[in-house]
Amino acid sequence: MHELAITESVVDAVTERLPDARVTCVRLEIGALSGVVADSVRFCFDLVTEGTNLEGARLEITEVAGRCHCKVCSCDFEPDGPIAICPCGSIEINVMAGEELKIQSVQVA
Amino acid sequence: MCATCGCSGTAVVRLFPVAPAGATGTRQHAHPHANHEHGQHEHQIHHHDYSLQGDERTIQLEQKVLAKNDRLAEQNRDWLRERGVLAINLMSSPGAGKTTLLERTAREMGSKMAISVIEGDQAAMLDAERIRSSGCHVVQINTGAGCHLDAAMVAEGLRLLDPPGGSVVMIENVGNLVCPALFDLGEQARVVLASVTEGDDKPRKYPYMFRRADLVLVSKTDLLPYVDFDSKRHAADVRKTAPDALMLQVSAATGAGMNEWYAWLRRRTPAPQE
Repeated sequence: MHELAITESVVDAVTERLPDARVTCVRLEIGALSGVVADSVRFCFDLVTEGTNLEGARLEITEVAGRCHCKVCSCDFEPDGPIAICPCGSIEINVMAGEELKIQSVQVA
Repeated sequence: MCATCGCSGTAVVRLFPVAPAGATGTRQHAHPHANHEHGQHEHQIHHHDYSLQGDERTIQLEQKVLAKNDRLAEQNRDWLRERGVLAINLMSSPGAGKTTLLERTAREMGSKMAISVIEGDQAAMLDAERIRSSGCHVVQINTGAGCHLDAAMVAEGLRLLDPPGGSVVMIENVGNLVCPALFDLGEQARVVLASVTEGDDKPRKYPYMFRRADLVLVSKTDLLPYVDFDSKRHAADVRKTAPDALMLQVSAATGAGMNEWYAWLRRRTPAPQE
């Protein structure tokens, strides 16, 4: 459950940048291959924001699909699930997208 | 903090110096998880993009979620480099033999190199006691709700340990093949322990952990005759997942392969400073 710490990092980063703002919405980008489960972040968000200037804020998560290039068969593929294995069975791959773990923007009142 | 189980997100960091027999003094410091400023810290200048939307406005942040941890990790790395200290992030699943490896390493190498240890566990001080018995200064970090160490906890641990130049700090991460992979601690090298009793499929199942390893230590090799572990297949999968990682086979029980591990450590340990 590192999503608890990840969600705390989101709150820390936002309160550090905007200590006095009342934040009403947080927009995150989470890649399918980032190792972070978006649903777990949603689960933690209300708990972690309690008592901060993000309390009550809406959480919007853009989930970015994974995109990989296989070094064995040279195909590009979208991995099925959080682990990148080429349909040919190879795990010798380059990840081109899906490792994002970013705070895009926040909305403040 | 957590409304479900009532746990607090506070990590506790305790120093266990090697003390004369009978002395049990420890220093401890409660450390607010991921909310810790380490030494001097330059704030970045942020350019905010504002856009109006009704009464509310949107502020573009476009920053990595783990930016703060990464920044603290870089500070740790700079601090270690300036001191001439080698820090190793030792990771594995629980029970792969991290503590046993460190005990034997401390016993056999303690006279040749200064080794201190940062122990990460969710709770209890069992590992710190074991390591201290083998003659090392130890800091035990109990992560509480956390399933991994982060750079802020390690910064605190390093400050308490105060390792001398030319020494090695072994950071024994929380036993877990998932979460620790995401958090840079400021280490110079990542060592992943994979015990033969876990099975040979771990590099396939936990590629994040193996992908950034500098060294993969296959541990408990004395048990190979008794378990279904295909060394060739395991090695091939490690090589595919982490093409640049070195692989060594060790048994901390019999000592087989330990000399290669010591040689790897010695190659990386900075010379003691004046």
